[in-house]
Amino acid sequence: MSYPDDLRYSKEHEWVRVEGTRATIGITSFAADELGDIVFIELPEVGASLSQFASFGVVESVKAVSDLYAPIGGEVTEVNEALRDGPELLNSDPFGDGWIARVELADPSEVESLMDAGAYAAETG
Amino acid sequence: MTYSPHTDSDRARMLEEIGVSSVEELFADIPAAVRAGAWDIPPPLAEQEVRAELVRLAGRNRIPDVSFLGAGAYRHLVPAVVSEVIGRPEFSTSYTPYQPEVSQGTLQSIYEFQSLICELTGMEVATASHYDGATATAEAALMACRLTRRHRVAVSAGVSPDYRRVLETYCSGPGVEVITVPIDLADGGSGTTDPATVAALLADDVACLVAAQPNFYGQVEPMRELADAAHGAGALFVAVVEPTSLAILEAPGEYGADLVAAEGQPLGIPVSFGGPYVGLMAARMASVRQMPGRLVGATRDVQGRRGYVLTLQAREQHIRREKAASNICTNQALMALAAAAYLTAVGPQGLREVAELGTTQARHLAAALEASGVAERRFSGPYFAEVAVRVPDAARRHATLAERGIVAGHLPGREEPALADTLLLATTELTTDADIERLVSALEETR
Repeated sequence: MSYPDDLRYSKEHEWVRVEGTRATIGITSFAADELGDIVFIELPEVGASLSQFASFGVVESVKAVSDLYAPIGGEVTEVNEALRDGPELLNSDPFGDGWIARVELADPSEVESLMDAGAYAAETG
Repeated sequence: MTYSPHTDSDRARMLEEIGVSSVEELFADIPAAVRAGAWDIPPPLAEQEVRAELVRLAGRNRIPDVSFLGAGAYRHLVPAVVSEVIGRPEFSTSYTPYQPEVSQGTLQSIYEFQSLICELTGMEVATASHYDGATATAEAALMACRLTRRHRVAVSAGVSPDYRRVLETYCSGPGVEVITVPIDLADGGSGTTDPATVAALLADDVACLVAAQPNFYGQVEPMRELADAAHGAGALFVAVVEPTSLAILEAPGEYGADLVAAEGQPLGIPVSFGGPYVGLMAARMASVRQMPGRLVGATRDVQGRRGYVLTLQAREQHIRREKAASNICTNQALMALAAAAYLTAVGPQGLREVAELGTTQARHLAAALEASGVAERRFSGPYFAEVAVRVPDAARRHATLAERGIVAGHLPGREEPALADTLLLATTELTTDADIERLVSALEETR
């Protein structure tokens, strides 16, 4: 399986797209496939402060409930409201319309501790 | 025969394994003051001797001729059909459904109960029940903390003292601070929570205001204004209600309650020393994922037939472990069934009559006490079926009346010093005019 080259990946199967001091985060297609049909997501609040690798929300599928772990730290500036009524976007388009939140980065260098697409493919292979 | 789970050599091997020389050394850290010491147990008795002893002990029970005791537990007529339904072995012998979908009858009974509680409270979703009213109240307060992500709760002093103690206990673990909102305890005062006090006390870090309707002293609280005051501070409003009162008082769903907790005992469960009782909880659908305990939902199977499931179990501890909405998912299914059978048997009109007869008798009682000059109402303003009255030397006369087979209600001075010389008297449809006359006469004679 291959993953988008412009993203970085965490061991907990979240992705992050860094653009300057901002980043968009979500869960990977691997995570979505492992969870199965996702029926609910508990989103963080706008303004919440995320710490890298700390839990910031919950996803619930028909077969499991999992915590979401922030791949990178920062303050939440926007959450994907479309997921509240359409959590299936996490399955159908995890790297696109299924994004979870946008954050203002606390420390952009944190991205260095994440995997690139090749390393993540090896990790999940 | 001595019950001996382990032999001396078993014990010796266990002590050796953990490196302790004797049982005495094992328990050395336990202070002598809390040790059991030598047990002075009499020799065994034959079965008939045990029976005789139990009969003798039972003979010491005092069954009052007349009781005005309420204070959270109320004596009501329980139609015979209630015990008939809950006595059916399909219900009375079944434990919690671990493979729930094969227990469609049990699930349906819980679903019917939840539906009745929603109808009664005017709320959108109700749980399968909790231990009792106090634990349901505490669970509701913690649920408000999860919903608001705040860590303080405000509780009106009009909520039962017992419930407030349970609330303190539940809040002590997760580090939630409980602040008490005073009520007007002045002689002739309202006996209720002042919305202006609430507005002044509630900082923007308070998760909820908990208030009772009617309150512990029977007084009718300004629930709509209290809900508005709570919402004004961004807090949720938790209404603790007496369920039969909802037949004549406004439903919590109407006055803006976000959460409702209640003791379900008045709905077909006899007053009993230590229970079992049943806790009710209801909420808005938007907050359903933070509800504690079990929920039964209705659905359709692959052939389109109606069926019932335990739903939204991701809230529960067997899936969410330490992040569960509550670590108490036990419900009181049999008592919930009793409540459902009771509500179904009496119907909306019957429940209304229960509430009206109780309030009517409370007014007869207050009028008779005031007319004879032995007591007068402690508070002013509207009250439900329980009335606080000022009686000089209340504790002594309460004890004297008990000797005569009359329980003159509850002594609220035990928990609230400002209410010494007060009796809290409850009436229901079972309170007769003769009961009232007897209480008034006995109070006159002990003047």
